[in-house]
Amino acid sequence: MSGDQKACAGISRRDFVTGAAVTLASVGAGAAALAPLMDAEEIPTADEFIQKHYRRLTPADKKEIFARLEREIEKQYGKKATICDPKPIDGVEFAYVLNIGRCIGCRRCVYACMKENNQSRDPQIQYIRVMKLKKGSVDLETSVHDYPPEEAADPNYFYMPVQCQQCRNPPCVKVCPVKATWKEKDGIIVIDYNWCIGCRYCEAACPYHARRFNWSKPGLSSEDLNPDMGYLSNRPRYMGVMEKCTFCLHRTREGRYPACLEVCPTGARKFGNLRDPDSEVRKILENERVYVLKQDLGTLPKFYYVFAK
Amino acid sequence: MIQFFVHGFISTFRGSRTYWLWVTFLLAVSLIGLNAWARQLAHGLATSGMGDEVSWGMYIANFVFLVGMAAAAVMMVIPAYIFKDREMHKIVVLSELFAVAAMVMCILFVTVDLGRPDRIWHMVPRLGYFNWPGSMLTWDVLVLNGYLLLNLYVCFYVLYSRFHGRKPKPALYIPVVFLAIGWAFSIHTTTAFLFQGLGGRPFWNSGLIAPRFLASAFAAGPSFMILVFLFLRKSGAITFNDQVIGRIRVIITVSLLINIFFAGSELFAEFYSDSKHVVHFSHLFGLHGESLLAPWIWTALGLNVAAAILLLSPARRNQGVLIVACMMIIVGIWTEKGLGFVIPAFIPTTLGDFVQYVPSVNELLVCVGVWAFGLLVYTLMLKGAIPIINREE
Ligand code: SF4
Ligand code: SF4
Repeated sequence: MSGDQKACAGISRRDFVTGAAVTLASVGAGAAALAPLMDAEEIPTADEFIQKHYRRLTPADKKEIFARLEREIEKQYGKKATICDPKPIDGVEFAYVLNIGRCIGCRRCVYACMKENNQSRDPQIQYIRVMKLKKGSVDLETSVHDYPPEEAADPNYFYMPVQCQQCRNPPCVKVCPVKATWKEKDGIIVIDYNWCIGCRYCEAACPYHARRFNWSKPGLSSEDLNPDMGYLSNRPRYMGVMEKCTFCLHRTREGRYPACLEVCPTGARKFGNLRDPDSEVRKILENERVYVLKQDLGTLPKFYYVFAK
Repeated sequence: MIQFFVHGFISTFRGSRTYWLWVTFLLAVSLIGLNAWARQLAHGLATSGMGDEVSWGMYIANFVFLVGMAAAAVMMVIPAYIFKDREMHKIVVLSELFAVAAMVMCILFVTVDLGRPDRIWHMVPRLGYFNWPGSMLTWDVLVLNGYLLLNLYVCFYVLYSRFHGRKPKPALYIPVVFLAIGWAFSIHTTTAFLFQGLGGRPFWNSGLIAPRFLASAFAAGPSFMILVFLFLRKSGAITFNDQVIGRIRVIITVSLLINIFFAGSELFAEFYSDSKHVVHFSHLFGLHGESLLAPWIWTALGLNVAAAILLLSPARRNQGVLIVACMMIIVGIWTEKGLGFVIPAFIPTTLGDFVQYVPSVNELLVCVGVWAFGLLVYTLMLKGAIPIINREE
């Protein structure tokens, strides 16, 4: 045995006192360092913390969770809300067609979407991005994203709204490490706001800048709250999770149109069931020349653009 | 076993005044970082400089750099174990310990980047909902944790045997060492796949990312180890002859040259073809409108090239010159792989919008805190291990 080890067998008084002092001081300082947690803006409840993935919930679990959420919403916003969970309908696959020839860039869809889907107003989260493009090419790099409202309807430009393209081959779903986002039977890509860990990998993977992250606690007043909610769509979101357009599934699965379509003053937006041969979207796809954004990426969007009168 | 840990624990409490100052400093900075993270947890990632446009920033940049530093430990292990370099063998465990510390930092950087770290259990296989093999991030979780365990095991076994005055039994750890060598390549390759598989981000969508990652890591990691070795020898903690430094220097030089070659090849393809996608590169280099990144990337390239010239010149045998070159490489590659790799992929956005990213003070404090904590872990491990390494067999 070397001398070194023998020396270690005993620990000198000085060492001990220093050691103890350092340990104590660091415990104290550690507690002080954590003090900002005291005014955390959102603390998950125990029920929330142990909640399982949406697709692993039994009908009884869901009932309980929806009731709990409704109670919480009523407490927070002082308004009664109902949370529904409509299922995809067999034989239905939704598609959107947007007529660029008609869009005037008024951004009414942007605000109707916010109102319908309970997005945060402060900071503002918008699902639809309307780009102003010079006539002659579809060059995204020279597009203007934040043109002022009075620059809408300029005949020298055209306007192109972009939102989630509900890809048939969605890169966002492929990359999510915890399957918090997936494709439903009717082709809508959804997110479980209670399962997302906020890694933002999907946001990096989406080629259409369609995903939005809750960088802070969503700021939504009770007058702005839309009480008609879907669990996988417009119920209030948490801080630190991802969200995006869901084709208003709480409306469309019940036979209504998406909010953005209803508000459009020019009829530039068309929505419907791709598998129904008589639907309006099918007619357009069959008779007009449509295109999809970034076709070369193979994401196969169900959101089509058409230049028509 | 208990004796071993008690011995290590006690060793960390004896040291010079400089040692104490250093440890206290690291501890204080770690706590400042913890405080900043607590603020981020309380108020959300809005406390960072990131946004929906540039949605990954400093945290992921540091993560990428540190995965490389951890992987680079193998560049020390290979001469020691495969070429049976005796001098190298004496100190190789120091670089394996660094791999452990770097892994700890990597895991922390990913954790602080999460919006909901409270839900991290969703990533635990079985308990959560693991998107394996589809998501590259799940692969990364597996290989990073595996690498951490392998290195912990080797360090522990070698040190523990020596502690008891035994020669480590080759059968019990050499196979693990070889596995760890292969594994080191996998951690950095998988981390590259995380990025290069995204078709929607042309800046990352290049098959050269993984090789470039490895080359730059094998330059920066050994540079860091040279600094550590020289410092420890100067302070009298360990001894080894200059041949070791010479060998590591060769590794660094070759890796650095390969790295510069890869970067050049990539830049050629982008700029000569001059396709739409070159916009990320031209923005990065400040050739397309105003760019906050340009000064950084030019400095990084300058440092790398200057370091390569120093390492090829006769002055390389001078220790002072070598130290300067190593520092230039570490800073250069950190900048190239962090700011120069993660952020430009987001500018412009996928819809062509140019939004700049400036990290917030809180975000920087978290980064500095993670670094301080990792270096603290490394310092304490060194302090526990060195007395054992120095014992005669
Ligand atoms: S547009 Fe983006 S968010 Fe929508 S499905 Fe495609 S990849 Fe996912
Ligand atoms: S941010 Fe959420 S939905 Fe997106 S990849 Fe991460 S866990 Fe999945």
